[in-house]
Amino acid sequence: MNLFPLINSLRIALISTAVVFFLGLLFAYYIAKLPRVLKGILDVILTLPLVLPPTVVGYLVLRLVGPRRALGKFFLSAFGFTIPMTWWSAIIVTVIVIFPLMYRTARGAFESFDETLNQSGKTLGLSNTFIFWRIRIPYCRQGILAGTVLAFARALGEYGATSMIAGYIPGHTATISTTVYALWKNNQDAEAFQWVLINIAISAIVLLAVNLIEKKEKEKAVGRNLSSG
Amino acid sequence: MLAILGASGCGKSMTLKCIAGIETPDKGRIVLDDTVLFDSEKRINLKPQKRMTGYLFQQYALFPNMTVLQNVICGVREGTKAEKEQKARKMLDRLHLSGYESKKPKMLSGGQQQRCALARILVNDPKVLLLDEPFSALDSHLRFHTERQVENLIRDFGKTVLFVSHDRDEVFRLTNNIAIMENGLFQTLGEKHEVFNEPTTIGGAILTGCKNISDAYELSPGKVFAEDWGIELSVGTIPEDMKGIGIRMHDVEIEGISTTHFLNEGAEEQETVNRFSCRVVGEIENPFSYSIMLRPEGTEGERYILIDLGKNMWNSMRTDHLTILLPKEKILLLK
Repeated sequence: MNLFPLINSLRIALISTAVVFFLGLLFAYYIAKLPRVLKGILDVILTLPLVLPPTVVGYLVLRLVGPRRALGKFFLSAFGFTIPMTWWSAIIVTVIVIFPLMYRTARGAFESFDETLNQSGKTLGLSNTFIFWRIRIPYCRQGILAGTVLAFARALGEYGATSMIAGYIPGHTATISTTVYALWKNNQDAEAFQWVLINIAISAIVLLAVNLIEKKEKEKAVGRNLSSG
Repeated sequence: MLAILGASGCGKSMTLKCIAGIETPDKGRIVLDDTVLFDSEKRINLKPQKRMTGYLFQQYALFPNMTVLQNVICGVREGTKAEKEQKARKMLDRLHLSGYESKKPKMLSGGQQQRCALARILVNDPKVLLLDEPFSALDSHLRFHTERQVENLIRDFGKTVLFVSHDRDEVFRLTNNIAIMENGLFQTLGEKHEVFNEPTTIGGAILTGCKNISDAYELSPGKVFAEDWGIELSVGTIPEDMKGIGIRMHDVEIEGISTTHFLNEGAEEQETVNRFSCRVVGEIENPFSYSIMLRPEGTEGERYILIDLGKNMWNSMRTDHLTILLPKEKILLLK
């Protein structure tokens, strides 16, 4: 069995999640500080990919970077390559599709942050960067972890936008989800079912890991309360 | 050390936050020692990191993900890693927190958390201490003890301390100078006995614990009409902008109990001034006393004069009518 779709899916999902992890955190942090109207507008724009059909996202990205479009033409003439139909073009659309998951959960987590910690840190002379990475993020780690895992799981299952921009080239752009569709269309039902099982297994493992982490956190909290009580 | 006493929402915490640089005032100037922290005209607004203020938050604001020692190390501004740790350990030792270094703040008691927060602040070497309702998160039976500890630390600190509270007893015990704040402005600023004995504003009277306050206007020199109680009172010199009068519960004299003015039954003069026969309109039982609500005879209205009587006293004399006397010199004339 050729394992390329598994490897491709994993690398797309991992890289996209890593990108979205930082992007989501930074957007969630800075947008929370903006004036209300601007915040409302940006919030809608950034959450839109969550509710749009992935094919619409794929279409819009293609319009932007397709070989006959301005940005695509520029890339072709400047660097000599086209973006669509490469394995990494899937990363572009996956990032857009999973971004709202990370952004929204991080924002929710930041909203629960005790701002006096930020304020006391500042009066003690701690830098904003230190406060962000060493106090705010650890404080909100539950929500951030949940957002990251959700984003990863969604990235792994991305089909619509990926198939539009990266297509299905076995050994080049095929992911688990596009492979399942291609095999099923070719009446290779048994092979399709194998990939379905693999996909379910990965997703289940991911979710199980989250539950275990959450349980550990809770036990820690209970232990803390017991020893202090 | 100066205490700012004010009702919640009057702007006392906001004042501290503006000094620390957490909030930005609309206009004005803030100067600490010789450093201008904020000046709206000259567009100076120093970052909170550079202001060197020690802000003790109501809930202490300890970083929950760090240990006690790490928290205090965060407060050390200069030095190598080892030097910082040494300084932090020394401070923890001074505040009797040795042995708790590796514990998380959540595992400490309220008083220990407060000392940890103080250690973090003191090791930061601030120019001024800003204490924002520091005891309000503690159980009442711990408060007195913690207050004494903090009092000692502050004395050792030796620099300016601003202490914000809505608890008049706490403020009175801890400081000599008290400012009363209303709507973001200092109404009174002075030595604590003066501020408590002679509040000049209605807000000040309420904050210093005066329970009997009535709107009032001048009838003639030395005479006012207390609108809430429907009675005429003889008072001292009336300030021009008087809006109300007040009298503390323990200054109200009661026939059959108080002896100052009711001692000589024959002394006509003393007996008639500000003497009122009152209906008892209600009694409220407190743990160790009764609060009695009185309404002067022949008047109608919702407001009443409140007095406090010991349980045994009231149980032995319970009655529908009481004669009270409001000593002229004890009536507060308020703006």
